[in-house]
Amino acid sequence: MSAISYRSGKEPHPKEHRVVFKNVDREGWDTSIATYESEGGYEQLKKAFGMEPSAITDEVKKAGLRGRGGAGFPAGVKWGFLPPNNEKPVYLICNADESEPGTFKDRYIIHQDPHQLIEGMAISCFATGAHLAYIYIREEFPEGAEILEKAIAEAHEKGYLGKDIQGSGFDLEIYVHRGAGAYICGEETGLIESLEGKRPYPRIKPPYFPAAMGLYLCPTIVNNVETLCHVKHILEVGGEKWSETGTPNNTGTRILCVSGDVQKPGYFEVEVGKVTMGELINDMCGGLKEGRELKAVIPGGSSAKVLRADEVFSVGKGDDARELTIWDIPMDFDTLAACGSMAGSGGVIVIDDSRSISWVLNNINNFYAHESCGQCTPCREGSLWMKKITDRVVAGKASPSDIDTLDGVARNIDGRTICAFGEAASWPTESFVEKFRDELVADTDPELEDDFLNAEAITAAANLG
Amino acid sequence: MSEEKPDLIDVQINGEWHSFPKGTRMIEACRQVGVEVPHYCYHPKLTSPGNCRMCLVEMGMPPRPRPGDDPPEPDEDGHLPISWIPRPAIACANTIAPNMGIRTESEMTEECRKGVMELLLANHPLDCPICDQAGECSLQEFSVEHGNGESRFREQKVKKPKNVDVGPRIRLDDERCIMCSRCIRFTDEIADDPVLGFTDRGSHTVLTVYPGKELANNYSLNTVDICPVGALTSNDFRFQMRVWFMKEVKTIDTNCATGANITVYSREDKIYRITPRQNNDVNSDWMPDSHRLNFHWIESEARLTEPLVKDGDQHRSASWQEALATTADKLAGLEGSEIAVIASARMTNEELLITNRFVKHLEAGHVDTVPRTGEADGYLISADRNPNTLGVKTVLGLDDPGSQLSAIQEGIEQGRIKAVISLQENLIEDAGFSADTLKKLDFLLVSYPLANPTADLADVVLPGAAWAEKSGTMLNITGRLQRLNKAVDGPGLTLEPWEIVRDLIQATGGGNGIYSVNDLFQQLAAEVSEFEGLTWGRIGDLGIPLIETGETIPLLEREKERIAKGLIVG
Repeated sequence: MSAISYRSGKEPHPKEHRVVFKNVDREGWDTSIATYESEGGYEQLKKAFGMEPSAITDEVKKAGLRGRGGAGFPAGVKWGFLPPNNEKPVYLICNADESEPGTFKDRYIIHQDPHQLIEGMAISCFATGAHLAYIYIREEFPEGAEILEKAIAEAHEKGYLGKDIQGSGFDLEIYVHRGAGAYICGEETGLIESLEGKRPYPRIKPPYFPAAMGLYLCPTIVNNVETLCHVKHILEVGGEKWSETGTPNNTGTRILCVSGDVQKPGYFEVEVGKVTMGELINDMCGGLKEGRELKAVIPGGSSAKVLRADEVFSVGKGDDARELTIWDIPMDFDTLAACGSMAGSGGVIVIDDSRSISWVLNNINNFYAHESCGQCTPCREGSLWMKKITDRVVAGKASPSDIDTLDGVARNIDGRTICAFGEAASWPTESFVEKFRDELVADTDPELEDDFLNAEAITAAANLG
Repeated sequence: MSEEKPDLIDVQINGEWHSFPKGTRMIEACRQVGVEVPHYCYHPKLTSPGNCRMCLVEMGMPPRPRPGDDPPEPDEDGHLPISWIPRPAIACANTIAPNMGIRTESEMTEECRKGVMELLLANHPLDCPICDQAGECSLQEFSVEHGNGESRFREQKVKKPKNVDVGPRIRLDDERCIMCSRCIRFTDEIADDPVLGFTDRGSHTVLTVYPGKELANNYSLNTVDICPVGALTSNDFRFQMRVWFMKEVKTIDTNCATGANITVYSREDKIYRITPRQNNDVNSDWMPDSHRLNFHWIESEARLTEPLVKDGDQHRSASWQEALATTADKLAGLEGSEIAVIASARMTNEELLITNRFVKHLEAGHVDTVPRTGEADGYLISADRNPNTLGVKTVLGLDDPGSQLSAIQEGIEQGRIKAVISLQENLIEDAGFSADTLKKLDFLLVSYPLANPTADLADVVLPGAAWAEKSGTMLNITGRLQRLNKAVDGPGLTLEPWEIVRDLIQATGGGNGIYSVNDLFQQLAAEVSEFEGLTWGRIGDLGIPLIETGETIPLLEREKERIAKGLIVG
């Protein structure tokens, strides 16, 4: 095997640790099954067939693999929720609805290394007893869908999918299902509804936990693209060995997607927790733009709570207690949670001092108002209300009390909705108001305090005399 | 937890411990102990999507000790302490668990309700003064209890379609809709006609009827009943009357043998609307549109409002006294075998009892009722379109109602039968009698609410009350005894059929001491074995099972299946 080389200008940064992204931007690499097989492709699947399915789940548990889609929930534990003595079919769904603003990792896996995903899925299906799997891919990835279709056909032809795969007696079909352009389809129960041909209204939990009552009310596992790819690598080296990358409880590698005000935005696969925010921005992304200062970072996709550049974060307990600046934060699940935000989907959005905070928040609120599915009251009514307020803040048509209302609306959503979209839509506003209240208020005009903007309120005010 | 009662679970509600059967929803547990949890989307007969969020409550469970920690100590009643969860839970779809705590009056619960109310009203048009739902609107009711009083919403409201024609009987105002999806679930789960759905997203979501379809099934108006706001309104009722002016009377539908329980809404003796009334043994919460809207004839121009007697070829108005005296005269010279009494399976048991007396008093040789049948619709409409066929069998003692009608016609044709007394029936249009046959009679008496071809031929016409104008009891297809209650007074000189028959007995020389329908009921209870020992009060608003018929109501059977599957509360 010759040394791997990457296309010019696309070379991984030395601080990267490429596992899942090993073949992304690689010189001479293509999406064909021949290329994939030439480097040990589907060997792990063959190996899996020699193992007990439960042993594979055990390896995934040992690895401590946490979901790369946003919630960071341990994948092996998720698989363990499948009901024992189940007699219904089990489904596995690959969530390729990568829609969180600031996140663009799954598309590169799909576009450049689709067989890695298919192998990871096949192994996962064998482990969980699924004979039918779906890749739910967002509408905005038409090319990705075609690449996956072709890859599935190739895998079929080579006997890695279909009946009696490699003489194992195990049957598996994978279908690509394209979404229709809705963020909510990334929420696993919304995705399942959509796959069933319905509006993607997320289901209430309880009782509809997918592992017990998922697709067609059968046990269903929903995992992110990157998560499923890792399963292949866990099998290759063993769960224990795999868990030696990264840091304890934050094992393995993950792909960070950096966008916004840096010299060199892009994707970087790093060992979880081994790279700090400072290293990510200053080393890997070439630092901030010329003459600019850091104002804020949204560390885990647009729904993650914003971190202000001058904050001091107290993390850890007891002997482990320490204070961190934004630059010192190791990019792992637990530390970012301790800093009051989350690692989320790995989408790191960098905001420098050229940006108006009102504009940034309004941009986010626009997205969530547009994407709220409208099923449950708080998110449906609240997300548009927040957008309308920040629309006015940006336009200079808001008064200071609007900022209090904005925060009040967000807190009427947070924790009260059917799905996590409620938090996704309200955390940006809550955190921006908490951390940048002065700047938001500065964009308002106290003289507009008594202005009513809807006809109904004008009438009501007149009647109050 | 007390082990002695394995099917009961102890739950603390607002500080008090109660026991409920396993599987009870939190909202129902609260209701059972008199704690109301406000809600919009939840309906016990439909699945629970949990979308309105109005029923959010603070909830707690016993603390989970960390490894090494001591388990929590139960108190002297065996209850563990409750560790309150910082995230509120919906009470509608969640079932109770052992040692669960529910707080419906805590700050967290109240904040949730206030928040949801504010958000529901943000884009609501607040057009209560012209909204038909005003006065019976859940948004109004919960605003009083949980609203903010003033609005923080300064923005332009979302504009949506108004006055949308979604079907022949229903109109939609999308701006008033709070997207609770009750109507969508009803049409899908109960009416098997899933033509409604949401389109667009977020705050712009609109309720829509599927392109090219309409909400036209015979149960469509139930969506208006369960709409918690004024989004769906009935074309028949909208803008006719403010709901708070109307008198409500609990009674039963008489359009078929199911006997759906209903409420009649009237003002000054005019009926404005009918809605189904919950009875889980008869009609659940529903009724067919065709039955619900079949009341406008009651105020028709064709109503008979005074007795008529024939003068040559013409009818003229008469007093009750004259009409009854005429009847007595005509019957006086006849043998019992020359008289036929045709009563109605639309009559109450009390009316049938006194008709039976009348038949015996006249020694009438012939008695029958007129059957009405149609197709059963597989939901609530029975093939028997008479409301009290079972009463005819039980009280009037006819084994096979309708079997004598052709013999009676033959008897008239052959001159053996000279007089027919037709009580609350229209023999030409509903029993297939020909006018020529009836013309052969020496005497024809017709009591009926409306003018009709049979009455045209009658020597004496008596104005009988319509179903909504009389009281009594009926037996439905399943053998359930139910009360029909008078909702409005009949027009003019109309009398209830039991009064008419009583007066006929008196006019023909019989006597009885009957002054009220309740006197008749007491006699029923004394004389008819099935009714033995019953009192009017014991029947109650929901009726009581009286006779085993083995008949079932298809819609109820399907609801039972859904209850058994845990899909609905029931």
